[in-house]
Amino acid sequence: MKISVIKDLLDAEVVCGEEFLDHEVHSACGSDMMSDVLAYVKDQAVLLTGLVNPQVIRTAEMMDMVCIVFVRSKTPSEEMIRLAKESDMVILCTKKRMYEACGKLYLGGLGVSAVK
Amino acid sequence: MNEAVRFHFVVDGEDFTSAGQASVQVKKNLRRLGIPPEIIRKISIAMYEGEINMVIHANGGEAEVLVYEDRVEMILTDRGPGIANIEDAMKEGYSTAPDNVRSLGFGAGMGLPNMKRYTDGMKIESVVGEGTTITMTVNLT
Repeated sequence: MKISVIKDLLDAEVVCGEEFLDHEVHSACGSDMMSDVLAYVKDQAVLLTGLVNPQVIRTAEMMDMVCIVFVRSKTPSEEMIRLAKESDMVILCTKKRMYEACGKLYLGGLGVSAVK
Repeated sequence: MNEAVRFHFVVDGEDFTSAGQASVQVKKNLRRLGIPPEIIRKISIAMYEGEINMVIHANGGEAEVLVYEDRVEMILTDRGPGIANIEDAMKEGYSTAPDNVRSLGFGAGMGLPNMKRYTDGMKIESVVGEGTTITMTVNLT
């Protein structure tokens, strides 16, 4: 699935990384607990979260994720946007809540485990 | 490369938002050295968890990363309160982190278990009231 499709499915706003919207991603995970993301995530390329602090960006960076979706209308700080830009990440913001956002992507064909 | 390539970082304990800076830098440095991405990921996650731990529990510390031909060693040293019961601390879900840390997305009791999970060797030396040194090794071959 292209990141641009994620944006459309979630009626999301692009905060940064517009130039990477054509990138293909194959899996996603949703969590507000970064410890769990670090523990259980394998090759997920997209992180959906309602947590807003710079550690979200760093966690995604450590996991080689390419796109972060902030749910429930959460807005990242300037510092977070700067960090994301440094790492060539896409940040999307959606008004949808976590459950609905994950559901839309899942129904849209974005799986939970990586397709090699 | 007979001698190790060495990186040294001071981890600032005052500012949670800056935690992880050393790990980001290590990741960049290892990429430059041409280490495979999946190995870099293991090293960075372990280092990041260690760094977060030092900020949460020990008011910061120091990190030394040594890159040998066949392995990478990370030595994290702090002068924090020490770990009273290492066996408990290694259990998934066991945490002594304050509640405000959980609201930041950490403190789920996964730090040390994750560090062990992603490395090939981990040694914890800790003295209550003096501090903790954690040595982690990730094999490159």
